[in-house]
Amino acid sequence: MRRPLLFLVAASIATATLVAQQPPDRAKPPQVGAPPALTLPAIQKRQLSNGLAVWLVELHEVPVVQANLIVFSGSTDDPAGKFGVASLTASMLDEGAGERSSLELADAIDFLGADLSAASGTDSIAVRLHVPVARLADALPLMADVALRPTFPAEELDRLRLERLTGILQARDDPTSITGVAFPRVLYGTGHRYGTSTGGTAATIKSIGVDDLHAFYHAAFQPKNAALLVVGDTTVDKVLPLLESSFGRWQAQGAPLPPAKLPAAPQPAARAIYLIDKPGAAQSQIRIGWIGVSRSTPDYFPITVMNTILGGSFSSRLNMNLREKNGYTYGAFSAFDMRASAGPFFAYAGVQTDKTSEGLKEFFNELNRILQTVPADELTRAKNYVALRYPSQFEATSDMSRQLENMLIYHLSDDYFSKYVPNIQAVTAADVQRVAQKYIQPNRLAIVVTGDRKTIEPRIRALNLGPIKVMTVDDVFGPAPVVQ
Amino acid sequence: MKRFAVLLALALTAMTSRGAAQAPAPQIQLAYSQFTLPNGLHVIIHEDHSVPVVTVNVWYHAGSANEVMGRTGFAHLFEHLMFMGSGHVKYGEWDSWLEAAGGENNASTENDRTNYYINVPSNAIELALYLESDRMAYLLDAMTPATVDAQRDVVKNERRQSYENRPYGMAEIVLGEMLFPEGHPYHWPVIGYMPDLTAASYEDVVAFFKTYYAPSNASLVVAGDIETIRAHALVDKWFSEIKAAPTPAPLAIPGVALTSVQQRTITDRVQLPRLFLSWITPRHYEPGDAALDIVADVLAGGKNSRLYKRLVYDLQIAQDVSAAQQSAALASTFQIEATPRPGHTVEELQKVIDEEIRLLQTEDPSTHEVQRAVNQIEASFYNRMERVGGFGGKADQLNGYYISTGNPDWFNEDLGRYRVLSPSDIRAMAARFLPLNARVELTVVPEK
Repeated sequence: MRRPLLFLVAASIATATLVAQQPPDRAKPPQVGAPPALTLPAIQKRQLSNGLAVWLVELHEVPVVQANLIVFSGSTDDPAGKFGVASLTASMLDEGAGERSSLELADAIDFLGADLSAASGTDSIAVRLHVPVARLADALPLMADVALRPTFPAEELDRLRLERLTGILQARDDPTSITGVAFPRVLYGTGHRYGTSTGGTAATIKSIGVDDLHAFYHAAFQPKNAALLVVGDTTVDKVLPLLESSFGRWQAQGAPLPPAKLPAAPQPAARAIYLIDKPGAAQSQIRIGWIGVSRSTPDYFPITVMNTILGGSFSSRLNMNLREKNGYTYGAFSAFDMRASAGPFFAYAGVQTDKTSEGLKEFFNELNRILQTVPADELTRAKNYVALRYPSQFEATSDMSRQLENMLIYHLSDDYFSKYVPNIQAVTAADVQRVAQKYIQPNRLAIVVTGDRKTIEPRIRALNLGPIKVMTVDDVFGPAPVVQ
Repeated sequence: MKRFAVLLALALTAMTSRGAAQAPAPQIQLAYSQFTLPNGLHVIIHEDHSVPVVTVNVWYHAGSANEVMGRTGFAHLFEHLMFMGSGHVKYGEWDSWLEAAGGENNASTENDRTNYYINVPSNAIELALYLESDRMAYLLDAMTPATVDAQRDVVKNERRQSYENRPYGMAEIVLGEMLFPEGHPYHWPVIGYMPDLTAASYEDVVAFFKTYYAPSNASLVVAGDIETIRAHALVDKWFSEIKAAPTPAPLAIPGVALTSVQQRTITDRVQLPRLFLSWITPRHYEPGDAALDIVADVLAGGKNSRLYKRLVYDLQIAQDVSAAQQSAALASTFQIEATPRPGHTVEELQKVIDEEIRLLQTEDPSTHEVQRAVNQIEASFYNRMERVGGFGGKADQLNGYYISTGNPDWFNEDLGRYRVLSPSDIRAMAARFLPLNARVELTVVPEK
């Protein structure tokens, strides 16, 4: 069943047919005109009567609303010995809240066709609601219960604890998970919060009780330590009364958290290889890097461009070399994980077992080559890739709200969005070389490889990259949890 | 660009906030226009000016089901070769030109189709159409045996990464082999077998392109921040010269059914076993297909679903349980997966799962359970409207509906399939299509 053509289209057929008489000239690709400007809708900033900050952005294309409560505390604020409290607190928010049990909450939310989730990161916890706008008024009180009135039932914590311990047991099966946990561990150690995954370890998870959740919750969840974001098909006039009625009476209970203090994290002094045996693995999971930069680095834009060239896009050097030229992998990339404090920089890939040493060699060829001057066309391409794609990162309500979250969590300036593209375009080849030399020193990087040791170790050793330290899966995760 | 001074692409009737059961049926419509070029390429255009981005989305009506024995995985390998340059585009220029314009692109292969998309800032639309048309017209001009070799190694590593080296990753491949008889095109995996990937040749590429990549075997969507008249003119300009070729005949595959329980146990480098139960079910959009989506939700969607609540929440003998109707053109499959907690067994889980299936086959689910599932499906239709490009964006959905139904704007009809279902329909379909005595039972156990 086909619809009749629109008037405009019917009119266009005549002209188009004329054009099609001659084959087009394919000798050169069509010129790309000036990029379109992105005019973002205004961020409308308000406050509820209790002082809670509200940011609202109207997007009216689709009748949905995203509403996020952001709390500016995260796993970095976990008490010593209790790593995982922030994460478990977030997971427990919807396991009983207000007058409802875990199952009653889930049923009410599901029945509205809403998505309500709570997640923790290093620097924040977010309670996120996505809902058809017609159900917003019904969903906001449920969101407020979850965010403001969690009950933390002990039997639900017992259940989640077993679920998490089993999850840690299962992570030990997966080379990607093993490598992802081992890499920050060798860089930051056990004392620094960044050295342990946000969920904690089996030992800390076992040590966390309901009292720990209450204590963390009351210190972190305070109106002065939070903000509410609303993005979607609504207006200030419509939504503010709803927000006031659900969140306006919220008050702090107890003292706020002191600012998180992370210990100093020294860079590795020399390059070393950490080898984790996974007998029979079809690929070796590789992660190479060291401690990178914080989100507040003044070098954010040059680093973004430099990483795009090294391993931040399909045409980046790592991917073109290890995947396209050599076929060692399905994909090789790199990233700077920027947080409130300096998170890791890492280059990574899954490389077929019998090409592990060849892959490592090519990683270091590229990590050394990025220290040289970058050719002009490659620099332009990388800058355009980052700058011209920027508008697409504001498309969906979840995209827009994610941008606003980062603005709030990392105190980005009011004109950050509007200056982003000029800031990227201003990066020079000298900037790229400077930040590459400053933030990537190939002879001091940590190399974590999870793979079939008996096959890969001799040839890795022959590369003479540095000492090889063999780690067990227990070294990475601690002893396997007993879950009964 | 003014974000709001645009025509609303998505028109919805007002909905009340009195609760889902009383809400009037929403109308979801996407304004579009369509035409077919003389070479047979079908073209669909949709305007959405909310962000200055345009997408070019092509579906070829060919996938792994079109492969021949000994060349499994070829449709997907071919997908990779579509990025290696074409008559006027040297190797490497595809991505470097698009990245220089702020574009991104990707593709995926399934049993029945292969889809490709390019998202670009709206000023670069002509570059995207140039690149897409050049490979549709002139792919073979740039193809060499060395090109095939390069992507053969990449695809083998994709198989290692996504299946061989991933816990439980081989189960999906074994399930297909158990569900469908040898010779049926769903018997082999989309990713293919290693020896077949090794055997794929340049000559295979030429033959596959000539057979399945004819313009009349494809459909093109241009969507986003572009006027329809301009999109039409540019598509005419770049795609009209592509030579017509015979349209391949649709696959004529007799329906298949399981007549008994097929059991198998395989090992993996894992610590916990996992149970997979699977059935052959009605094809995409055929009667029963939508009902089985609801059955999956009643069984394992959310904390209050029957299997999740019993196995994971109440008894706490499972770490996870999931259920899904996986719809496809020749036959769908319905699958339940569950992982026992340490100290528990797949047998314990299977006993509970079978009790719950039997119950759903004999007693109607509650109106509340069914309405909860329908409400979530309805909300998902809105969520799917939020992005124009990429996998699952509006352009991809217009192409998907067009290929399956002939109508790109089949959103309302699709949603209507769910809204008409009653609790007794759900029971009846569970009884008819999920027999306990004719299914696949696969267990993955830890290597000793």
